[in-house]
Amino acid sequence: MIRELGPNDIVYLLEAARWTVALAVIAMVAGGVLGLVVAVLRIVSFKPANWIAIGYINIVQGTPLLGQLFIFFFGLPLFGIQVGAWEAAALALSINASAFFGEIWRGSLQSVSPRQWEAGAALGLSYWQRLTSVILPQAVRISIAPTVGYLMQLVKDTSLTALIGFIELTRASQILSAATFKPLQVYGLAAIAYFVICFSLSRLSEQLEKRTHAAR
Amino acid sequence: MPLVEITDIHKSFGKVEVLKNVSLTVEKGEIVAVIGRSGSGKSTLLRCINGLERVQSGRIVVDGMEVTSPATNINALRERVGMVFQSYNLFPHLTVERNVTLALKKVRRMNSEAARDVARAMVAKVGLADKLGAYPDELSGGQQQRVAIARSLAMQPTMMLFDEITSALDPELVGEVLKVLEQLAREGMTMMLVTHEMNFAKNVADRVVFMHQGNVHEDGPARDTLIEPRTPELRSFLSAVLH
Amino acid sequence: MNYNFRFNALLPYTEEIIRGIGVTLQLTCLTMAIALVIGLFVALARMSGNRALRGVARVYVEGIRNTPLLVQLFIVFFGLPSVGIRLDAYLAAIIGLSINVGAYASEILRAGIQSIRPSQIEAGRALGMTAGQTFRSVVLFPAIKAIYPALASQFVLLLLATSVVSSLGVGELFHQAVFIDSRTYRSFEAYTLITVTYLVLTLAVRALFSLVYWLVFVRRPRA
Ligand SMILES: Nc1ncnc2c1ncn2[C@@H]1O[C@H](COP(=O)(O)OP(=O)(O)O)[C@@H](O)[C@H]1O
Ligand SMILES: [Mg+2]
Repeated sequence: MIRELGPNDIVYLLEAARWTVALAVIAMVAGGVLGLVVAVLRIVSFKPANWIAIGYINIVQGTPLLGQLFIFFFGLPLFGIQVGAWEAAALALSINASAFFGEIWRGSLQSVSPRQWEAGAALGLSYWQRLTSVILPQAVRISIAPTVGYLMQLVKDTSLTALIGFIELTRASQILSAATFKPLQVYGLAAIAYFVICFSLSRLSEQLEKRTHAAR
Repeated sequence: MPLVEITDIHKSFGKVEVLKNVSLTVEKGEIVAVIGRSGSGKSTLLRCINGLERVQSGRIVVDGMEVTSPATNINALRERVGMVFQSYNLFPHLTVERNVTLALKKVRRMNSEAARDVARAMVAKVGLADKLGAYPDELSGGQQQRVAIARSLAMQPTMMLFDEITSALDPELVGEVLKVLEQLAREGMTMMLVTHEMNFAKNVADRVVFMHQGNVHEDGPARDTLIEPRTPELRSFLSAVLH
Repeated sequence: MNYNFRFNALLPYTEEIIRGIGVTLQLTCLTMAIALVIGLFVALARMSGNRALRGVARVYVEGIRNTPLLVQLFIVFFGLPSVGIRLDAYLAAIIGLSINVGAYASEILRAGIQSIRPSQIEAGRALGMTAGQTFRSVVLFPAIKAIYPALASQFVLLLLATSVVSSLGVGELFHQAVFIDSRTYRSFEAYTLITVTYLVLTLAVRALFSLVYWLVFVRRPRA
């Protein structure tokens, strides 16, 4: 049953793109919260906590996301947790994101010059006041570009969930391509949709950065 | 009672002995220039006085507070001892005004209005009234350093520590910063300043302390000590900086 | 939980796994080599005086960096045949991966080229070095040292990313998990084993890169 690409097909792709965005947003929020924990474990002066965080980051960043997706998809049911592709995808991406956010934020925090801590101390600010009023605002500024950069990666990574059968933009394109026999046009449209999402993110990052002042 | 009383302090970084049995007193209103070769321990000495570095042994008492005692609230001490660094260390994410008001609001618990009034006065005092809304990256090095001084002065410290605050500046910007220091001197502020500006030390400081290999090697009235050094080490140091 | 994990059910497939590792490493190295060549030309194009050339290079880099590898691979493998270009899976994988990594490599190389300062070249010449010596010790060596860490992480990212071409049916490491799964129905064990294998590979590759860095740049620094 071969047919032409019509407006309905584009609507179908756009509807699937909503799941791409939803997945990225969930991984961003859950991964962000978990990533904060990872960053803190990584910098507190307690060696075992550092080791746990480093091990976690190395395992996540040293294995393919595709493998993580399949492990959650097939593994969780073995532990009595029934999951579909959606849950497995959200979980795997969140864990993936937490490792990357953890590293990005640790790096941002530690790249604020120790002299800024000292300048705060010399004014009589307490440790907590130095952290919240002097260090964190600068660390946030430094982290904008790499954080948004990773968000773009996250949006692109959601495409891999197509391979465990979750119907987002890429899986929808596969289905549509099979139905219409127009793979070049269909995947081209999908690419444009991803481009629009990711490119807007990078623009957003530039805007945010322009509005803040940083050390020279 | 002297404002600063340092007795037999010893400071090492790992195996490196940086301060060996240093003793020193500074009277209220005194201006002490600390000079010496790079690596002789000048910065470390200043940083010990406001507790940025911890000593291994000995006693430091500032304005009646024992810096070296673990019971002392070090943040309260630092409110009274202002410090300005070679690299300005302004907060880059805050305007000039907010650089100055931050500690007033957080530490002194002043309301925004009162803090702003203090900031206005202090920034005007260093000649930058028109730069209140500027960010540090919009200022020259000399202007940044003057803001750093204003930020410290706003806390109304009992004394000020200056660590080579003109060393990072282009030569033509040094004067404007030294002028601020001269004004502070006229107002009677107690100051310890590490400096390589020998003329400034000669003309403005009351006393000169010459650090050599972690010791106070010479300590005396500024003019006499700089014109007629007693030790060969100070003589060779002076001839090296002056030529 | 009453599932019996049986990792030893995978033992008979050792040979497949080793073959998969071979294909994955081959794909990774080949792609990296091609991508570096693409990246160098694109980096030069992006810095050229010709506006059109710069524009084309920029569109390429932005186009690749803002779309997923999987979709790029689908376009090459499933899309191109409709305009008469039919590639087998392995070739499509190499082409798709190279085009993808070429964009990232061009950014790394561009940073490396821009890290070279003309004053260093003058200093080298002033010390009496020949043009060739100057180029090697003042230009090439520091530039490579500067971009080495970024290239090393790009290599590891690529090694992991090659797993995606299993979806085209290329018999690399991840595809062996799909294969073993289909034979043993031990999905969890198969994917876990293969994923851990990737971890071992990336740890080994990282160690190798660190060793090379130490040997070349730390032990006898020339610049
Ligand atoms: N945080 C530190 N860790 C290790 N060594 C230090 C540290 N700070 C200073 N030193 C060493 O202490 C010595 C004195 O340093 P410093 O007080 O900065 O000298 P000065 O200010 O007179 O140049 C130097 O040898 C320096 O290398
Ligand atoms: Mg010093």
